[in-house]
Amino acid sequence: MSISRNHKRSEPAISTASLPDIVFMLLFFFMTVTTINNSELLVDNELPEAAAVNKLDKKDRIIEIYVGMPKKNLQKVLGTGPQIQLNDRIAHLNDVAPYVLSELSKKPEAIRNFVTVSMKVDKDVKVGMVSDIKKELQKAHLFKVNYTTYQGSDVNIGF
Amino acid sequence: MRRTRENPEVHAGSMADIAFLLLIFFLVTTTIQTDVGLDRKLPSDDVINHIDVNERNVLRISLNKNDELFVEDRVLGIDDLKQQAVAFLDNGGAIENQLLCDYCKGAHNPKSSDNPQKAIISLSSDRDASYGTYVQVQDRLALAYRELRNREAQRLFGQDFTAMEEKFYAAETKEVEKTALKVNIERIREMFPLNITEAELNVQSQKQS
Repeated sequence: MSISRNHKRSEPAISTASLPDIVFMLLFFFMTVTTINNSELLVDNELPEAAAVNKLDKKDRIIEIYVGMPKKNLQKVLGTGPQIQLNDRIAHLNDVAPYVLSELSKKPEAIRNFVTVSMKVDKDVKVGMVSDIKKELQKAHLFKVNYTTYQGSDVNIGF
Repeated sequence: MRRTRENPEVHAGSMADIAFLLLIFFLVTTTIQTDVGLDRKLPSDDVINHIDVNERNVLRISLNKNDELFVEDRVLGIDDLKQQAVAFLDNGGAIENQLLCDYCKGAHNPKSSDNPQKAIISLSSDRDASYGTYVQVQDRLALAYRELRNREAQRLFGQDFTAMEEKFYAAETKEVEKTALKVNIERIREMFPLNITEAELNVQSQKQS
Protein backbone atom coordinates (compact mmCIF):
# COMPACT_ATOMS: atom_id res chain seq x y z
CA MET A 1 0.00 0.00 0.00
CA SER A 2 2.60 2.41 1.10
CA ILE A 3 4.76 1.48 -1.83
CA SER A 4 2.06 2.13 -4.39
CA ARG A 5 1.21 5.48 -2.81
CA ASN A 6 4.81 6.40 -2.86
CA HIS A 7 5.05 5.37 -6.49
CA LYS A 8 2.08 7.47 -7.45
CA ARG A 9 3.43 10.53 -5.78
CA SER A 10 6.83 10.39 -7.43
CA GLU A 11 5.53 9.76 -10.94
CA PRO A 12 8.26 11.16 -13.16
CA ALA A 13 7.31 13.71 -15.77
CA ILE A 14 8.23 12.75 -19.33
CA SER A 15 11.29 14.69 -20.22
CA THR A 16 10.63 17.05 -23.09
CA ALA A 17 14.22 18.13 -23.36
CA SER A 18 14.79 16.10 -26.53
CA LEU A 19 11.61 17.31 -28.18
CA PRO A 20 13.32 20.21 -29.98
CA ASP A 21 15.88 17.80 -31.35
CA ILE A 22 13.21 15.51 -32.70
CA VAL A 23 11.31 18.38 -34.27
CA PHE A 24 14.46 19.83 -35.78
CA MET A 25 15.24 16.48 -37.26
CA LEU A 26 11.81 16.40 -38.89
CA LEU A 27 12.31 19.95 -40.02
CA PHE A 28 15.61 19.17 -41.69
CA PHE A 29 14.10 16.11 -43.30
CA PHE A 30 11.36 18.17 -44.89
CA MET A 31 13.76 20.91 -45.85
CA THR A 32 15.95 18.47 -47.75
CA VAL A 33 13.32 16.37 -49.49
CA THR A 34 11.14 19.19 -50.69
CA THR A 35 11.75 21.76 -53.34
CA ILE A 36 9.88 25.00 -53.41
CA ASN A 37 7.49 24.98 -56.29
CA ASN A 38 7.83 28.36 -57.90
CA SER A 39 4.86 28.24 -60.21
CA GLU A 40 1.39 27.62 -58.96
CA LEU A 41 -0.29 24.72 -60.67
CA LEU A 42 -3.49 25.58 -62.47
CA VAL A 43 -4.08 22.05 -63.69
CA ASP A 44 -4.44 18.71 -61.97
CA ASN A 45 -1.16 16.92 -62.20
CA GLU A 46 -1.43 13.34 -61.08
CA LEU A 47 1.60 11.81 -62.77
CA PRO A 48 1.75 8.17 -63.82
CA GLU A 49 4.10 5.74 -62.16
CA ALA A 50 7.05 4.03 -63.77
CA ALA A 51 9.79 1.73 -62.55
CA ALA A 52 12.54 1.97 -65.16
CA VAL A 53 13.16 5.64 -64.56
CA ASN A 54 16.16 7.87 -65.06
CA LYS A 55 16.94 10.68 -62.74
CA LEU A 56 16.21 14.10 -64.11
CA ASP A 57 19.05 16.46 -64.82
CA LYS A 58 19.81 19.50 -62.74
CA LYS A 59 17.02 21.97 -62.42
CA ASP A 60 18.62 24.62 -64.59
CA ARG A 61 18.67 22.24 -67.55
CA ILE A 62 14.98 21.54 -67.44
CA ILE A 63 12.07 23.18 -69.20
CA GLU A 64 8.77 22.13 -67.73
CA ILE A 65 5.47 21.67 -69.47
CA TYR A 66 2.42 20.80 -67.43
CA VAL A 67 -0.63 19.21 -68.97
CA GLY A 68 -3.81 18.26 -67.20
CA MET A 69 -7.43 19.03 -66.54
CA PRO A 70 -7.99 22.44 -64.96
CA LYS A 71 -8.36 22.54 -61.20
CA LYS A 72 -11.94 22.38 -59.89
CA ASN A 73 -12.22 26.08 -59.08
CA LEU A 74 -10.99 27.05 -62.54
CA GLN A 75 -13.24 24.74 -64.50
CA LYS A 76 -15.90 27.43 -64.86
CA VAL A 77 -13.47 29.57 -66.80
CA LEU A 78 -11.34 27.00 -68.54
CA GLY A 79 -13.74 24.13 -69.05
CA THR A 80 -12.95 20.52 -68.30
CA GLY A 81 -10.78 19.65 -71.28
CA PRO A 82 -7.05 19.18 -70.87
CA GLN A 83 -4.97 22.34 -70.82
CA ILE A 84 -1.31 23.11 -71.21
CA GLN A 85 0.37 25.15 -68.54
CA LEU A 86 3.60 26.93 -69.36
CA ASN A 87 5.26 28.72 -66.50
CA ASP A 88 2.27 30.00 -64.55
CA ARG A 89 -0.32 30.51 -67.22
CA ILE A 90 -2.55 28.40 -69.40
CA ALA A 91 -1.40 28.32 -72.98
CA HIS A 92 -2.45 27.11 -76.37
CA LEU A 93 -0.69 24.37 -78.28
CA ASN A 94 0.78 26.98 -80.67
CA ASP A 95 2.51 28.68 -77.76
CA VAL A 96 4.57 25.63 -76.88
CA ALA A 97 7.30 26.06 -79.47
CA PRO A 98 7.84 29.80 -78.85
CA TYR A 99 7.82 29.18 -75.12
CA VAL A 100 10.47 26.46 -75.14
CA LEU A 101 12.63 28.48 -77.51
CA SER A 102 12.42 31.56 -75.33
CA GLU A 103 13.21 29.48 -72.26
CA LEU A 104 16.11 27.96 -74.10
CA SER A 105 17.53 31.35 -75.01
CA LYS A 106 17.48 32.31 -71.34
CA LYS A 107 19.85 29.48 -70.51
CA PRO A 108 23.59 29.98 -70.72
CA GLU A 109 24.96 28.88 -74.04
CA ALA A 110 27.15 26.16 -72.58
CA ILE A 111 24.27 24.06 -71.38
CA ARG A 112 21.79 24.62 -74.20
CA ASN A 113 22.62 21.30 -75.76
CA PHE A 114 21.77 19.47 -72.57
CA VAL A 115 18.36 20.98 -72.00
CA THR A 116 15.60 18.43 -71.48
CA VAL A 117 11.91 19.13 -71.71
CA SER A 118 10.17 17.63 -68.75
CA MET A 119 6.62 16.69 -69.63
CA LYS A 120 4.52 16.58 -66.52
CA VAL A 121 1.35 15.15 -67.89
CA ASP A 122 -1.60 13.98 -65.87
CA LYS A 123 -2.29 10.31 -66.36
CA ASP A 124 -5.86 10.90 -67.50
CA VAL A 125 -4.83 13.07 -70.42
CA LYS A 126 -5.17 11.49 -73.84
CA VAL A 127 -2.11 10.47 -75.82
CA GLY A 128 -3.19 12.64 -78.75
CA MET A 129 -2.57 15.79 -76.76
CA VAL A 130 0.88 14.57 -75.76
CA SER A 131 1.86 13.66 -79.29
CA ASP A 132 0.72 17.09 -80.48
CA ILE A 133 3.09 18.65 -77.97
CA LYS A 134 5.86 16.32 -79.04
CA LYS A 135 5.36 17.44 -82.62
CA GLU A 136 5.67 21.05 -81.52
CA LEU A 137 8.89 20.20 -79.74
CA GLN A 138 10.22 18.51 -82.85
CA LYS A 139 9.48 21.68 -84.79
CA ALA A 140 11.47 23.62 -82.21
CA HIS A 141 14.28 21.08 -82.55
CA LEU A 142 14.18 20.07 -78.93
CA PHE A 143 14.44 16.34 -79.04
CA LYS A 144 15.27 15.46 -75.47
CA VAL A 145 12.11 14.81 -73.57
CA ASN A 146 11.44 13.27 -70.24
CA TYR A 147 8.09 11.78 -69.37
CA THR A 148 8.21 12.76 -65.74
CA THR A 149 6.66 10.15 -63.50
CA TYR A 150 6.48 9.10 -59.93
CA GLN A 151 8.86 6.40 -58.85
CA GLY A 152 6.97 3.13 -58.95
CA SER A 153 8.36 -0.05 -57.54
CA ASP A 154 9.58 -2.93 -59.63
CA VAL A 155 7.77 -5.34 -57.36
CA ASN A 156 4.17 -4.59 -58.17
CA ILE A 157 4.90 -4.77 -61.88
CA GLY A 158 5.63 -8.46 -61.63
CA PHE A 159 8.56 -10.72 -62.17
CA MET B 1 26.88 41.76 -6.76
CA ARG B 2 24.84 38.65 -6.58
CA ARG B 3 23.16 39.33 -9.87
CA THR B 4 26.37 39.42 -11.91
CA ARG B 5 27.51 36.13 -10.47
CA GLU B 6 24.30 34.35 -11.37
CA ASN B 7 24.60 32.94 -14.83
CA PRO B 8 21.25 33.47 -16.49
CA GLU B 9 20.28 30.39 -18.46
CA VAL B 10 18.71 30.58 -21.89
CA HIS B 11 15.27 29.17 -21.62
CA ALA B 12 15.10 26.24 -24.00
CA GLY B 13 11.50 25.39 -23.35
CA SER B 14 10.19 27.39 -26.28
CA MET B 15 12.71 25.93 -28.67
CA ALA B 16 10.32 23.15 -29.57
CA ASP B 17 7.61 25.67 -30.38
CA ILE B 18 9.89 27.62 -32.64
CA ALA B 19 10.99 24.47 -34.42
CA PHE B 20 7.39 23.34 -34.81
CA LEU B 21 6.49 26.66 -36.31
CA LEU B 22 9.28 26.34 -38.86
CA LEU B 23 8.33 22.75 -39.58
CA ILE B 24 4.71 23.65 -40.22
CA PHE B 25 5.79 26.52 -42.44
CA PHE B 26 7.85 24.17 -44.60
CA LEU B 27 5.12 21.57 -44.64
CA VAL B 28 2.65 24.08 -45.97
CA THR B 29 4.80 25.89 -48.50
CA THR B 30 6.50 22.94 -50.13
CA THR B 31 5.34 20.04 -52.21
CA ILE B 32 7.38 16.96 -52.77
CA GLN B 33 8.37 17.19 -56.39
CA THR B 34 9.29 14.20 -58.40
CA ASP B 35 12.55 14.35 -60.26
CA VAL B 36 12.47 11.04 -62.06
CA GLY B 37 11.05 10.07 -65.41
CA LEU B 38 11.54 8.21 -68.64
CA ASP B 39 14.08 9.85 -70.93
CA ARG B 40 13.29 9.56 -74.59
CA LYS B 41 14.71 11.12 -77.68
CA LEU B 42 12.25 12.35 -80.27
CA PRO B 43 13.01 11.62 -83.90
CA SER B 44 14.07 14.68 -85.81
CA ASP B 45 11.34 15.80 -88.16
CA ASP B 46 13.40 16.69 -91.19
CA VAL B 47 14.79 13.23 -91.67
CA ILE B 48 12.30 11.07 -93.44
CA ASN B 49 12.48 7.74 -91.79
CA HIS B 50 12.03 5.19 -94.50
CA ILE B 51 14.24 2.42 -93.40
CA ASP B 52 14.08 -0.91 -95.10
CA VAL B 53 13.52 -3.42 -92.42
CA ASN B 54 12.30 -6.93 -92.51
CA GLU B 55 8.92 -7.54 -91.03
CA ARG B 56 10.38 -10.09 -88.67
CA ASN B 57 12.55 -7.41 -87.10
CA VAL B 58 9.59 -5.34 -86.03
CA LEU B 59 7.48 -5.93 -82.98
CA ARG B 60 4.25 -4.05 -83.44
CA ILE B 61 2.61 -2.85 -80.29
CA SER B 62 -0.52 -0.81 -80.40
CA LEU B 63 -2.74 0.75 -77.84
CA ASN B 64 -6.35 1.36 -78.75
CA LYS B 65 -8.71 3.98 -77.44
CA ASN B 66 -9.98 1.70 -74.68
CA ASP B 67 -6.44 1.30 -73.35
CA GLU B 68 -6.23 -2.26 -74.62
CA LEU B 69 -2.86 -3.51 -75.67
CA PHE B 70 -2.23 -5.39 -78.87
CA VAL B 71 1.02 -7.07 -79.76
CA GLU B 72 1.19 -8.26 -83.35
CA ASP B 73 -2.61 -7.92 -83.54
CA ARG B 74 -3.23 -10.11 -80.54
CA VAL B 75 -4.56 -8.85 -77.24
CA LEU B 76 -2.01 -9.02 -74.48
CA GLY B 77 -2.18 -8.19 -70.82
CA ILE B 78 0.19 -5.41 -69.84
CA ASP B 79 1.96 -7.66 -67.38
CA ASP B 80 3.06 -10.00 -70.16
CA LEU B 81 4.48 -7.23 -72.31
CA LYS B 82 7.90 -7.22 -70.74
CA GLN B 83 8.32 -10.94 -71.30
CA GLN B 84 7.22 -10.63 -74.92
CA ALA B 85 9.61 -7.78 -75.53
CA VAL B 86 12.49 -9.65 -73.94
CA ALA B 87 11.75 -12.73 -76.02
CA PHE B 88 11.61 -10.64 -79.18
CA LEU B 89 14.79 -8.66 -78.55
CA ASP B 90 16.80 -11.57 -77.29
CA ASN B 91 15.71 -13.90 -80.06
CA GLY B 92 18.82 -13.75 -82.21
CA GLY B 93 17.37 -15.58 -85.20
CA ALA B 94 20.12 -14.74 -87.68
CA ILE B 95 22.34 -17.50 -88.97
CA GLU B 96 24.67 -15.47 -91.16
CA ASN B 97 27.96 -14.56 -89.61
CA GLN B 98 27.85 -10.79 -89.55
CA LEU B 99 24.38 -10.68 -88.09
CA LEU B 100 24.87 -13.53 -85.68
CA CYS B 101 24.15 -12.62 -82.10
CA ASP B 102 26.45 -14.70 -79.94
CA TYR B 103 25.18 -13.37 -76.62
CA CYS B 104 21.50 -13.84 -77.30
CA LYS B 105 19.86 -16.45 -75.16
CA GLY B 106 16.47 -16.43 -76.89
CA ALA B 107 14.69 -19.05 -78.95
CA HIS B 108 16.68 -18.37 -82.17
CA ASN B 109 13.42 -18.41 -84.03
CA PRO B 110 14.09 -17.55 -87.68
CA LYS B 111 10.66 -15.87 -87.89
CA SER B 112 11.50 -13.36 -85.16
CA SER B 113 14.19 -10.70 -84.86
CA ASP B 114 17.67 -11.25 -86.32
CA ASN B 115 19.59 -9.58 -83.54
CA PRO B 116 18.99 -6.85 -80.94
CA GLN B 117 20.58 -4.17 -83.14
CA LYS B 118 18.07 -4.85 -85.89
CA ALA B 119 15.09 -5.35 -83.67
CA ILE B 120 12.70 -2.44 -83.63
CA ILE B 121 9.73 -2.05 -81.37
CA SER B 122 7.07 -0.02 -83.07
CA LEU B 123 4.62 1.53 -80.67
CA SER B 124 1.50 3.13 -81.99
CA SER B 125 -1.18 4.47 -79.80
CA ASP B 126 -4.61 5.80 -80.50
CA ARG B 127 -5.11 9.48 -79.82
CA ASP B 128 -7.75 8.63 -77.26
CA ALA B 129 -5.64 6.21 -75.28
CA SER B 130 -4.81 7.52 -71.84
CA TYR B 131 -1.38 8.84 -71.11
CA GLY B 132 -1.14 6.74 -67.96
CA THR B 133 -1.36 3.51 -69.95
CA TYR B 134 1.00 4.86 -72.57
CA VAL B 135 3.64 5.54 -69.94
CA GLN B 136 3.04 2.11 -68.48
CA VAL B 137 3.74 0.53 -71.85
CA GLN B 138 6.86 2.64 -72.32
CA ASP B 139 7.94 1.65 -68.84
CA ARG B 140 7.52 -2.07 -69.47
CA LEU B 141 9.54 -1.80 -72.65
CA ALA B 142 12.24 0.08 -70.80
CA LEU B 143 12.20 -2.64 -68.15
CA ALA B 144 12.70 -5.27 -70.84
CA TYR B 145 15.74 -3.44 -72.16
CA ARG B 146 17.00 -2.93 -68.65
CA GLU B 147 16.73 -6.62 -67.86
CA LEU B 148 18.71 -7.60 -70.95
CA ARG B 149 21.32 -4.92 -70.40
CA ASN B 150 21.70 -5.91 -66.78
CA ARG B 151 22.19 -9.51 -67.81
CA GLU B 152 24.95 -8.68 -70.26
CA ALA B 153 26.59 -6.24 -67.86
CA GLN B 154 26.60 -8.94 -65.19
CA ARG B 155 28.16 -11.39 -67.60
CA LEU B 156 30.85 -9.05 -68.91
CA PHE B 157 31.61 -6.72 -66.03
CA GLY B 158 30.11 -8.46 -63.01
CA GLN B 159 27.71 -5.68 -62.12
CA ASP B 160 24.29 -4.39 -63.08
CA PHE B 161 23.99 -1.93 -65.94
CA THR B 162 21.83 0.30 -63.79
CA ALA B 163 24.53 0.31 -61.12
CA MET B 164 27.12 1.23 -63.73
CA GLU B 165 24.99 4.09 -64.99
CA GLU B 166 24.35 5.32 -61.49
CA LYS B 167 28.05 5.30 -60.78
CA PHE B 168 28.76 7.13 -64.00
CA TYR B 169 26.35 9.94 -63.20
CA ALA B 170 27.36 10.19 -59.55
CA ALA B 171 29.30 13.35 -58.82
CA GLU B 172 31.81 11.72 -56.52
CA THR B 173 33.08 9.25 -59.12
CA LYS B 174 36.55 10.12 -60.32
CA GLU B 175 37.23 11.19 -63.88
CA VAL B 176 39.45 8.21 -64.69
CA GLU B 177 36.83 5.79 -63.48
CA LYS B 178 34.21 7.61 -65.51
CA THR B 179 36.02 7.26 -68.80
CA ALA B 180 36.47 3.55 -68.17
CA LEU B 181 32.82 3.19 -67.28
CA LYS B 182 31.73 5.14 -70.32
CA VAL B 183 33.35 2.64 -72.65
CA ASN B 184 31.64 -0.24 -70.89
CA ILE B 185 28.28 1.50 -70.80
CA GLU B 186 28.45 2.28 -74.48
CA ARG B 187 29.35 -1.28 -75.25
CA ILE B 188 26.27 -2.55 -73.43
CA ARG B 189 24.12 0.11 -75.07
CA GLU B 190 25.35 -1.03 -78.44
CA MET B 191 24.46 -4.61 -77.63
CA PHE B 192 20.89 -3.65 -76.86
CA PRO B 193 20.16 -0.27 -78.42
CA LEU B 194 16.86 1.29 -77.45
CA ASN B 195 14.93 1.07 -80.69
CA ILE B 196 11.44 2.18 -79.87
CA THR B 197 9.67 4.07 -82.61
CA GLU B 198 6.33 5.79 -82.53
CA ALA B 199 3.59 5.51 -85.07
CA GLU B 200 4.52 8.56 -87.10
CA LEU B 201 7.72 6.93 -88.26
CA ASN B 202 5.97 4.44 -90.51
CA VAL B 203 8.57 1.76 -90.69
CA GLN B 204 8.52 0.37 -94.18
CA SER B 205 8.01 -3.32 -94.04
CA GLN B 206 9.21 -4.84 -97.22
CA LYS B 207 11.26 -7.76 -98.31
CA GLN B 208 9.26 -10.37 -96.54
CA SER B 209 11.55 -13.33 -96.39
